[in-house]
Amino acid sequence: MTRQTVQPVVEGRNIVKRYGHVTAIDHADFDLFPGEVLAVIGDNGAGKSSIVKAICGAVIPEGGTIKIEGKPVHFTSPLDAREMGIEIVYQQLALSPALSIADNMFAGRELRKPGIRGSLLRQLDKKRMEEFAREKLTELGLMTVQSINQAVETLSGGQRQGVAVARAAAFARKFIIMDEPTAALGVKESRRVLELIQDVRAKGIPIILISHNMPHVFEVADRVHIHRLGKRHAVVDPAKISMSDAVAIMTGALEPPPVAEQQLAPKAA
Amino acid sequence: MSETASRGQDYESSLSHATAKVAEFEKRQGLAPRIQSTLHSSPALVPLIVLVLSIAVFGALLGSKFFSPFALTLILQQVQIVGIVAAAQSLVILTAGIDLSVGAIMVLSSVVMGQFTFRYGIPAPLSVVAGLACGTLMGFINGWLVAKVKLPPFIVTLGMWQIVLATNFLYSANETIRSQDIEANAPILQFFGNVIQLGSARLTYGAVFMLLLFVFLAYMLSQTAWGRHVYAVGDDKDSAELSGIRTNTVLISVYMASGLICAFAGWALIGRIGSVSPTSGQLANIESITAVVIGGISLFGGRGAVMGSLFGALIVGVFTLGLRLLGADAQWTYLLIGVLIIGAVAVDQWIRKASA
Repeated sequence: MTRQTVQPVVEGRNIVKRYGHVTAIDHADFDLFPGEVLAVIGDNGAGKSSIVKAICGAVIPEGGTIKIEGKPVHFTSPLDAREMGIEIVYQQLALSPALSIADNMFAGRELRKPGIRGSLLRQLDKKRMEEFAREKLTELGLMTVQSINQAVETLSGGQRQGVAVARAAAFARKFIIMDEPTAALGVKESRRVLELIQDVRAKGIPIILISHNMPHVFEVADRVHIHRLGKRHAVVDPAKISMSDAVAIMTGALEPPPVAEQQLAPKAA
Repeated sequence: MSETASRGQDYESSLSHATAKVAEFEKRQGLAPRIQSTLHSSPALVPLIVLVLSIAVFGALLGSKFFSPFALTLILQQVQIVGIVAAAQSLVILTAGIDLSVGAIMVLSSVVMGQFTFRYGIPAPLSVVAGLACGTLMGFINGWLVAKVKLPPFIVTLGMWQIVLATNFLYSANETIRSQDIEANAPILQFFGNVIQLGSARLTYGAVFMLLLFVFLAYMLSQTAWGRHVYAVGDDKDSAELSGIRTNTVLISVYMASGLICAFAGWALIGRIGSVSPTSGQLANIESITAVVIGGISLFGGRGAVMGSLFGALIVGVFTLGLRLLGADAQWTYLLIGVLIIGAVAVDQWIRKASA
């Protein structure tokens, strides 16, 4: 770890979580560095969801330390993580179908009108929220402008995914976690989401990408964290390893490369 | 990157010829789809149209006997209790719940107001506050059981209905407090029975309160974050939770608001019937659900406008009075209400398809 000069955004060490007799996270480590897309891959049951949940407060670990930008954190719910500027794009998207795009983007953090109408009458500033939502969606090249009050249920799968990503990108200050963002999408829509991921990275926000889709992982990830049996098994550089080798390491068919050849930190710029 | 990308992405090479349009919004063509999407965005429109049509039809059939300030304000007086309770019911149904205990909470609250005043000699205004607090507490128990213990709202409120109703009879010893006694000693209990007379129009305070309550709730639901959260919870509770809404707080607040509104209905009930009677208001449950359903609020939650419930209650009132003035058998009212209920739910299902 001597070459590590940049402070990680997330630094997890020795994280442990058990469910009864099952050890979901077995002294696992985790690192996310500024500006990168870190893919997390692993077989079903390897615990990749658990470790990511531990990082965002959805699971409370029993042991180990998690530091965000060098400061130890103890989240007890995803809301704590959200207050720190960590956003999550869930596989099931977490959008309310009957509400508008703008309503969904601001769910739980609505803006109120200035002055007495906001403080006493609690009135929402719909205009400002709509403008903001429209601006963020346009930034990501997502929307025609007149549609911001459309109910989310009238959007296609790719459009909904776009709204969820835009919401995360608009509010994330630290990093974004994306859980299987292309799993439910068609080829064309997946492509759009991968472009979105790159757009978000270009804004300087690091991303943790959980995915089963190797072509997608290899296309957008800077480093690939391979999770196996509740541990970080290896971290590889997708430019230096083939997809089939990565899958072989993930399933245990192939030994991981020696630590010196792994990509535990990003290459120096 | 380019090397690995080409290795992995061969199957997507034809995509460069595909259209790059991702988010496009087609305008719906034709009359029916346009009506469908209009109703989708303004769900209270159907009951409003039905209300206006039914007033017009009964007006045409009955002339000035029906189409008079006196008759029309009489309808307001007759629906005020059901209307207030329907407002409470609307809130709960918007969260994809149902409150079967509304009628029982209403009656218990009115009994508390009466008994506190007459049995314990507590000043009437304080008794009123105690009654309102009692309703809110019952609502809190409902909300806590639904949100924290995660029991189905139907079961929770079915149980509470029996519990609250039994408490009501046990506590009151089935004893009615007479109207004359209230009038002489605690007129504030009959506050909502006061009348504003405008020519031949008679507006009771209770009817005015009902109208103001609906305006207030419509504002809360459409203009505040709390209102948006009520819809989000009813729409998809898990999604709402994940997007950062404290869904349990929202649910408990909704059931508490429902309990409080029912307690106000109990107060208005004293104004309407004059006395405090533990056996009154037995039909409030089913009548409030009827008003909400005819009002176009979806029983599956998250859809509908609270104003619809006001229109729903008024529709029932118009049919009841209109058919009575026509000299028809009261059963015709029930028959037509039944048709309206089924029709309203069919329209709701059709409107939902606009989203698909």
